[in-house]
Amino acid sequence: MLEIKNLHARIASTGTEIIRGLNLTVEAGEVAAIMGPNGSGKSTLSYVLAGRDDYEVTEGDVLYNGQSILEMDPAERAAAGIFLAFQYPMEIPGVATMEFLKVALNAQRKARGEEPLKIPEFLKHVKEAAGSLEMDVAMLKRPLNVGFSGGEKKRAEILQMKLLQPQFCVLDETDSGLDIDALKIVADGVNALRAPDRAFLVITHYQRLLEHIVPDTVHVLYRGQVIKSGGKELAHELEANGYAGIIEEAA
Amino acid sequence: MPAVQETIEQVRKIDVDQYKYGFESIIEVDKAPKGLSEDIIRFISAKKNEPDWMLEWRLGAYRRWLTLDEPTWARVDYPKIDFQDLYYYAAPKSQSGPKSLDEVDPEILKVYEKLGIPLKEQEILAGVQKAPAGGEEDDSAANDNVYKSGRVAVDAVFDSVSVVTTFKDELAKAGVIFCSISEAIREHPELVQKYLGTVVPTSDNFYATLNSAVFTDGSFVFVPKGVRCPMELSTYFRINEKNTGQFERTLIIAEEGAYVSYLEGCTAPQRDENQLHAAVVELIALDDAEIKYSTVQNWYPGDAQGKGGVYNFVTKRGDCRGDRSKISWTQVETGSAITWKYPSCILRGDDSQGNFYSIAVSNGYQQVDSGTKMIHLGKNTKSRIISKGIAAGFSQNTYRGQVSAHRKATNARNFTNCDSLLIGNNCGAHTVPYIEAKNATAKFEHEATTSKISEDQKFYVMQRGIPEEEAIALIVNGFVKDVIQELPMEFAVEAQKLIGISLEGSVG
Repeated sequence: MLEIKNLHARIASTGTEIIRGLNLTVEAGEVAAIMGPNGSGKSTLSYVLAGRDDYEVTEGDVLYNGQSILEMDPAERAAAGIFLAFQYPMEIPGVATMEFLKVALNAQRKARGEEPLKIPEFLKHVKEAAGSLEMDVAMLKRPLNVGFSGGEKKRAEILQMKLLQPQFCVLDETDSGLDIDALKIVADGVNALRAPDRAFLVITHYQRLLEHIVPDTVHVLYRGQVIKSGGKELAHELEANGYAGIIEEAA
Repeated sequence: MPAVQETIEQVRKIDVDQYKYGFESIIEVDKAPKGLSEDIIRFISAKKNEPDWMLEWRLGAYRRWLTLDEPTWARVDYPKIDFQDLYYYAAPKSQSGPKSLDEVDPEILKVYEKLGIPLKEQEILAGVQKAPAGGEEDDSAANDNVYKSGRVAVDAVFDSVSVVTTFKDELAKAGVIFCSISEAIREHPELVQKYLGTVVPTSDNFYATLNSAVFTDGSFVFVPKGVRCPMELSTYFRINEKNTGQFERTLIIAEEGAYVSYLEGCTAPQRDENQLHAAVVELIALDDAEIKYSTVQNWYPGDAQGKGGVYNFVTKRGDCRGDRSKISWTQVETGSAITWKYPSCILRGDDSQGNFYSIAVSNGYQQVDSGTKMIHLGKNTKSRIISKGIAAGFSQNTYRGQVSAHRKATNARNFTNCDSLLIGNNCGAHTVPYIEAKNATAKFEHEATTSKISEDQKFYVMQRGIPEEEAIALIVNGFVKDVIQELPMEFAVEAQKLIGISLEGSVG
């Protein structure tokens, strides 16, 4: 589903290269975990995949369902089915969460040539999704993410993911700032979305999240490259021994 | 939020240049000779069949004006205006005597049609009947509610004269007088004499004094004691003629316990020369009366290089003369090359209340210096200021406000919130508050923020599949929401669209 080939990317304003020849393939139905020490390029990878223009791709390619997405802007990528659950979701003052969900959903439908969703149908979807994440519908009347707690923000991200039904989901440190109960709810939300035609890229520091969202593959990112790939047992190994051994081995 | 979608579609429909009201109409006009003198003032007064007292009032103002200097304290920069190089009177030629819609030059009707302003009362009603699905007959009971009925009485002012006022008869039945100020001077001189210039005296300031000398038309509203005006009143101003100053004068009086909501809209053709607009608006609210005054100002802002555009020097002031009276100003300012405007409230009556809700959008090379004054004189007076400035392009956007409590204003309260939003790196936002309390019991609060639409915010919204223009519109509409909801419903959507259009091209 996603094929990253010899990707090089740098910060547009400073020219600092962050991703240095990254190769990674994620198949449909797969949950791939990306782990790595601070500063290894994990968040940058998520931004580059979503199309943030602060980063420049200097070499290589990203193929999504066989087609390069590098020329597409973030909205086009989103409409094509790429979703990024942010580590720090942005506050949008004055825009009710419900309203935002509707605008986003209908913008994507429009891009795909579909009719806007009828209001009752839309409300039904929202209520179902919010219920499964134990979110109060009253909260959706509040401006998006404004005054939300860390846990509420992350839940709101997963709510959007559930509604927009993307094909390829990138979760950037979704576990940060979550207590164990919230983590479980969020993980259940993600697990419920696992499907043969959907893939996930789960970026995390810790093994903890992977206890709840069990990955098919684990990839260690270091200095902008994947230095080791393996199954879910690789995560346990990292938890026990840290990154030092693997980094040394790769060097 | 359908308005966002509409904003985008609206923007798409428009050509590269975003000002869609820039067309010029060829209409035969009757003009006074260029320049300003006592003779010109006599000419204007005679054209309007004014009584002698009115002429004397004008001449007094003119003599005063000759002694005044143009103010320079505002943060705006423009070449000196040659007041002798302007026409002070232009009227569509066919217009004379009493007016009904049939007598109006069809070319003028076409202009208003192009602007999307319905002047035919039937059309307004037809528009209403379209709204409910199934097309059932208009339920007359629904008309009690202005918002439900969507009926708006319109006074259309073209260059110097009012061309038509709709729904006059129906308003008259309720005892409401809604007509052009020229007509009011002839038909209701006692009211005009009693109130004109009592809020903004002829000696008030350079532009107001000039207006007093040469004003050509505007609207007059009188709502008698205990009457709730049965519909929205609105005036559309249009400057068409070249080199013609527009000086309109509006006077609104709400007697004891009366209520009226009034909306003003303005547009002008796209021209390379600058056009001058210097209006005066006076509002008077007696005991327990309430006046809501909303403005959607969309004068031509000039082209992308800052050439042309309207100079808008306006004095608007409301007098809460009676106890428990209330005046609210709501304005959406997107046009004009230069805006110099401070709709104010004098809170004279005890327990009176003044509100100012403003959205000022500037793009290109526009310069905005706008704000309000809340002058607390009476006891337990309250005021509230919510100002949202949005600066884009190379524009400069200044909020200038004064809040003062005089010695006798026991328990005066003010809450001020000024937020500025910057789009891009070449614009500026400034906040200049003046706060003065001479009574120790006064409580004034002031909050101000300046923020930028961050790349983070935009990226976040776009990541959800919302295209760039729409993402900006969504964020901006969220930013101005507090003010938009103060507008009459029909105009809230229009205002949201207008803001979207004004910001088109502001992000590269």
